[in-house]
Formats: sequence, C-alpha cells, structure tokens
Amino acid sequence: MRHDHIISAKQLSRGDIETVLDRAADIAADPGAFADRHSDTLLGLLFFEPSTRTKMSFTTAMKRLGGDIVDMGSVESSSVKKGESLADTVRVVEGYTDALVLRHPMEGSAKMASEFVDVPLVNAGDGAGQHPTQTLLDLYTIRENAGFDDLTIGIMGDLKYGRTVHSLAHALTTVDASQHFISPESLQLPRSVRYDLHEAGAGVREHTELDEILPELDVLYVTRIQAERFPDESEYREVAGQYQIDAATLEAAKDDLTVMHPLPRVDEIAHDVDETTHAQYFQQAHNGVPVRMALLDLMLGGGQ
Amino acid sequence: MSDNDQQLRVSKIRNGTVLDHIAGGQALNVLAILGIDGTSGDSVSVAMNMPSDRLGHKDVVKVEGRELSQDEVDVLSLIAPAATINIIRDYDVIEKRRVERPSVVEGVLECPNHNCITTEDEPVDSRFAVGDDGVRCEYCDTIIRDDLPAHILAE
Ligand SMILES: [Zn+2]
Repeated sequence: MRHDHIISAKQLSRGDIETVLDRAADIAADPGAFADRHSDTLLGLLFFEPSTRTKMSFTTAMKRLGGDIVDMGSVESSSVKKGESLADTVRVVEGYTDALVLRHPMEGSAKMASEFVDVPLVNAGDGAGQHPTQTLLDLYTIRENAGFDDLTIGIMGDLKYGRTVHSLAHALTTVDASQHFISPESLQLPRSVRYDLHEAGAGVREHTELDEILPELDVLYVTRIQAERFPDESEYREVAGQYQIDAATLEAAKDDLTVMHPLPRVDEIAHDVDETTHAQYFQQAHNGVPVRMALLDLMLGGGQ
Repeated sequence: MSDNDQQLRVSKIRNGTVLDHIAGGQALNVLAILGIDGTSGDSVSVAMNMPSDRLGHKDVVKVEGRELSQDEVDVLSLIAPAATINIIRDYDVIEKRRVERPSVVEGVLECPNHNCITTEDEPVDSRFAVGDDGVRCEYCDTIIRDDLPAHILAE
C-alpha cells in the first residue's frame, strides 16, 4: 500500500483494502506484537466538530501502537475561533506531529488540508463527504463474518444523506458484492453515488421493503433515519417505523445473517436483536481500533 | 450570406483574438469565463445572435491586444464547444484553433455545494473534473450537469 494520505475509501484498491484488513487481523490476533511499534510517534488530532467516539478510537489505536497523541481540543478554545483558515492550521500543526487526523464539518476539507501538508493525513469525516476508516472497519467486520466471496448485502435506512453508506457501497464494488438498497423513496441514493456505482460496474437494486430481499442477505447494514429529514413528526414516525427491525423480523433471515450498524442507534434495531447471533454492531465498533492501528502502522512505514 | 461576410460587421482588430462560432447568447458568459470585464482598457467587441450556417445563431467576441492561450480557451468548451479561435497579428490570422475539452477546469466554476471547502475563505481554487455529461467537484464530488454558465465564478 502506498498512500501518503487517506482521504476517501474510493482511493483504495481491492489490494489496498486487503492489505489493511490483513494487518488488522494480525493485530487483533496478537496485539502485544505491535505494542512498541511506534513508540516515538505523535499523532495530531484536529477535530473541528465533536465526535468523541471516533476520537477515542484513534487515540486508543495510537496508544496501543506505543505512540501518543496531541489534541487540538475544541474549536472554541483554538485559533480557528479567531478566523484562522484550515490551510494555516494544518500547516502549523504538522510541525508538531508525525501524522494528522482531521475531522471537519465541510466536504472536501480533508482533501484540501492534505494538499498543504507533508505528514500523512487521515480523513476522520468531512461533512457529508467521506469517512474512510469507518468504511475500512465496516469491511473488516463484513470479511470476518461473511467473507467477500459471493457476498449479498442489504443496506437499509437513510441512503440519501448517510455518508457511511455511500462510502461503503463504493468500496463493496471492489469485491463485486451483490448490493441491495432498502429505503423510503425520499431517502434513496443520491445521483452522484448512483453514477459512481454504475461507473464501477455495480448493479444497483433498490427496494422500498426489506421483506422482499431479507431471506437472500448475508449481511444487513442498518442506518438511522433522522427526524429532521421529514417535514413533520408524524410522517417521520410512519416512515421510519417501516425500517426498524426486531428479533421477529429476523426470523425470515438466513441463520448466519450478520446485522451491522455504525452506531449510535436509536430505535432502528430493537434491543431483542442484541441477544441473537446476528448482532455484530458492538463488535463492529470494537473493530475500529485494530483497523485504525493497521492503517496508522502502514502509513507510518510499518509496511515491511 | 456566409459567416465571413457577417464577421465584417464587427470591426476588425489589429492584434488580439477573435472567438467565433460561440453558441448564440453565450458571449457574455464567454467573457465571464475568460475573466474579461473591460476594466483593463483593451477594446472588446461583442456581436450576438448573428445568423450562422453552422449554428443557426452565433456570437462573436473580439479582444484587442490579448492572445488567448489554448488553456484559456479550452474552458470555453464547457459552454461553447463549437467555438473557433483566431489569433490576429497586424490584421492577419496567424493561427486558427479549436477548443478542446480539458480534463480539469480550475478556478472557473463555483461549487454549488455551499458546504464545500472551496466556497470558504481558504487558499484553494475550485477544481472540477470534466466528464462526458457534466463536471464534478474534485473536493466534494458534487456534479453539475445543467446550466454551467450559472456556476461561473464571479471575479
Ligand atoms: Zn465542491
């Protein structure tokens, strides 16, 4: 793998993805072997919007590789508040650290920031844009549970605004997965994503009901439908209610169906699903650590 | 009446560039894309909706004192793909060119996504990849398919 910056899952080939996932599997199998691997590395965390979970996951990953982190802190307490450009901020902070992790509310911010720095930069979410480490941990979870061969996956919920979904769907084209998209009509995949999937040779099959396709799925990836996407509360309740699953729903599924969710969930997956063998969403969240360790390790020159 | 006869209606220039066969009505957008607003003092003449054998109606723009480069004119392919460019020296056409579709246009269009980093006060120009049926922001992936002139960056 040879990428200075990780901006989008789209930049990753199947080979790149397998390299990261293989390394993550090695780490998960024997974390101790990697504990001192980057003991003099400092990772800069630039979070321009709160995302405690992602920040904790990167912090854990760096510390488990023996390194440490430097955190910009909240935007309110930094020079950004005084109107400094993002380009200036990253140029200053790259001088303090060996690599950067950026989370920013605007689309394209990570790509732009990467053009101004020489240290490797990881995009930890740019607005409604990309979040490649989420995609990699999703792929890792899928590979561990269902494998990539003859994979049939259903992606359900808010497919219009959910960036997690866009990035994952694109990455799944590299493993030739059969993809089904289940959502209300008002929340179907946007034009640009559909275009990309067609370009990548993927068949986009859309459904408004889960029942039609559930029995065929190896993986069901559920996302949250947010109330603010609807004009009023009652319409939201009616629509969102059709895309909630519980243990009874899953009786129609294959025994080895894997249910995933990027978390946090609200009520789209009932708690009785947690007790079933289908539930993998907590493990999915845990997988963020070995996957981010693998990515950092590879970016920081642990490729040999 | 041929295109050549029509061209005579607009005064000849001594040195500069004649942009011919611009789609009718697009001349002002052509000037906007090229960043020509008349403030530099060079004379610019514009003829709009002239009859044309090839296009039905065409616009013609003449810019005195400025020879446009291939890179400069290639961005015109977005709104005036049939345009021809004549470089004039001492009243003679010394070079004829056509616009070619570039793979990327920089600093010409404004991203319609208001949450795109290129719309902020950052030291970066907009950059769009040019595809078969539209352009795509290289920062936020937003696609513009229709009405490109509406997205020309104000200077
Ligand atoms: Zn953009």
